Amino acid sequence: MSLADTVRFPATFTGVRWAGLGRRWVSPILLLVLWEIGARTGLIPSRVLAAPSAVAATFWGMLVSGELPTNLAVSFVRVAIGLLAGVAVGSGLALTAGLSRLGEDAVDPLVQMLRTLPVLALSPLFIVWFGIDETPKLTLIAFAVVFPVYLNLFNGIRAVDPRLIEAARSFGLSGWSLIREVVLPGALPSFLLGLRFALAVAILVLVVAEQINAQAGLGYLINNARDFMRTDIIVVCLIIYALLGLGADSLVRAVERRALAWRPSFLRT
Amino acid sequence: MAKTAIRTRTDPSPVSSAAPAGAAPAVRVRDFHRRFGDVTVLDRLNLDIAQGEFVALLGRSGSGKTTLLRTLAGLDSAGDQDVTVPTARAVVFQEPRLLPWKNIWRNVALGLPGDVRSRAEAALTEVGLSHRMDAWPATLSGGEAQRAALARALVREPRLLLLDEPFASLDALTRIKMHGLVLSLWRAHAPAVLLVTHDVDEAISLADRVLVLEKGRIAAEERIDLPRPREVGAGFQAIRRRLLGHLGVDVAHAEASRATGESALIAFPQ
Ligand SMILES: Nc1ncnc2c1ncn2[C@@H]1O[C@H](COP(=O)(O)OP(=O)(O)OP(=O)(O)O)[C@@H](O)[C@H]1O
Ligand SMILES: [Mg+2]
Repeated sequence: MSLADTVRFPATFTGVRWAGLGRRWVSPILLLVLWEIGARTGLIPSRVLAAPSAVAATFWGMLVSGELPTNLAVSFVRVAIGLLAGVAVGSGLALTAGLSRLGEDAVDPLVQMLRTLPVLALSPLFIVWFGIDETPKLTLIAFAVVFPVYLNLFNGIRAVDPRLIEAARSFGLSGWSLIREVVLPGALPSFLLGLRFALAVAILVLVVAEQINAQAGLGYLINNARDFMRTDIIVVCLIIYALLGLGADSLVRAVERRALAWRPSFLRT
Repeated sequence: MAKTAIRTRTDPSPVSSAAPAGAAPAVRVRDFHRRFGDVTVLDRLNLDIAQGEFVALLGRSGSGKTTLLRTLAGLDSAGDQDVTVPTARAVVFQEPRLLPWKNIWRNVALGLPGDVRSRAEAALTEVGLSHRMDAWPATLSGGEAQRAALARALVREPRLLLLDEPFASLDALTRIKMHGLVLSLWRAHAPAVLLVTHDVDEAISLADRVLVLEKGRIAAEERIDLPRPREVGAGFQAIRRRLLGHLGVDVAHAEASRATGESALIAFPQ
């Protein structure tokens, strides 16, 4: 590439970006069209994969019948409760370990050990312990969420600039006021990063946890659809899962933009 | 958060700018030791700073200047050694150390009780930053940030102002402006000042007295009786030569390099 090419790039940057964005839609739309044609010509049997139009129709039907909203609400509440509990426990452990050496010695080795367990492999044990109703689903989500929250918040607390802490101490802050004014705000970016990982993990575990004898929820819909080979319903549910993840992520991003407005990266945009 | 065993004294009213003769000094340190592992950094150090006196502290890198300053600030435990400092003291560090998540005036007001916005604003006005009081620290220039740090120290009405190379990272022009600002603030508020610096000219230009820290104690002392603002003249040169000698710098070489413009001349706008 010549030098002229590289320097011209920023000048036409916005133009390139918009054209690029338009181009980026071409291949997914093409895929949808091919998929639709394949389904209509019988190349792709609906048992294998329902046509996009059929998926859309099913989606609309499930929406107006209330089937989708009610089951989505059930799943949503599951993630919310599991997430809340996991974030609470993870934060509590991270604060304990982050704010005192004694706490670190007590908590950190334990968490580091438990963290190596593959969460999903725990589901049989959780079923034995908690039965097959809501409890194992919630605890499984909560358990998975603890680790990303703990690791990021703990690191965040320990990475707070000691020079800032020293300065704050020189101005009379100590104990709780030091934690509130310096340590926690300093660790907030790491916490929010942990929260984003936590949301992704929570939804992942939700998918698996909901396969445990669910009577409602997206997983229940999928299980039922599987028994009747309704690939259209399965695809609808998959899309909802994806949207759930996307929504959760943009929620945390929005929180970040507000809570971390002081960061140079946000100040420049 | 170890509690310092430093002895502090509650001050008499912070009024007169000239310290009354015979009054108790603002800082009194006797036979002070500080050791890190096997390395003794400060060794039988004695130091007095009078009320309202401007003292500059020179010394090679690693000679223990910051250690001494941190001790006086109460940031480094003095054990039960003989160290007396005023209760009201404030530090300006080499970097501004503003909390990035608090806007400027909240940084200035950090740790102060009650409704302090107006006090913070007054301090920021003194350093010429009241128009940025709601800004985020990340949006300030280096000089502005350091002025904010100065306001944060000032707002506490310190009887002892500790400055640890506060101008080291600023460009020459900004530094000259900061010198003028510090002098005018010192005149207005009359705290005792301990300025740690590497810049001999800066020390001579600003201070009433210049100390050299060497081998763990105050090895040399120069009283500067030149009238302010101080231009580089014969008296200035003589003091500089002596101080450089104390610091172990080859004076002839230093003079030669100064003539070729390696070191900035210092003059103060009033
Ligand atoms: N927390 C510490 N642990 C171990 N050694 C330390 C510690 N703090 C300072 N020292 C040592 O004490 C000596 C004096 O350090 P200090 O920071 O006071 O030097 P300084 O005179 O301020 O140097 P400079 O001009 O480079 O800032 C150095 O040798 C340093 O390595
Ligand atoms: Mg130092």
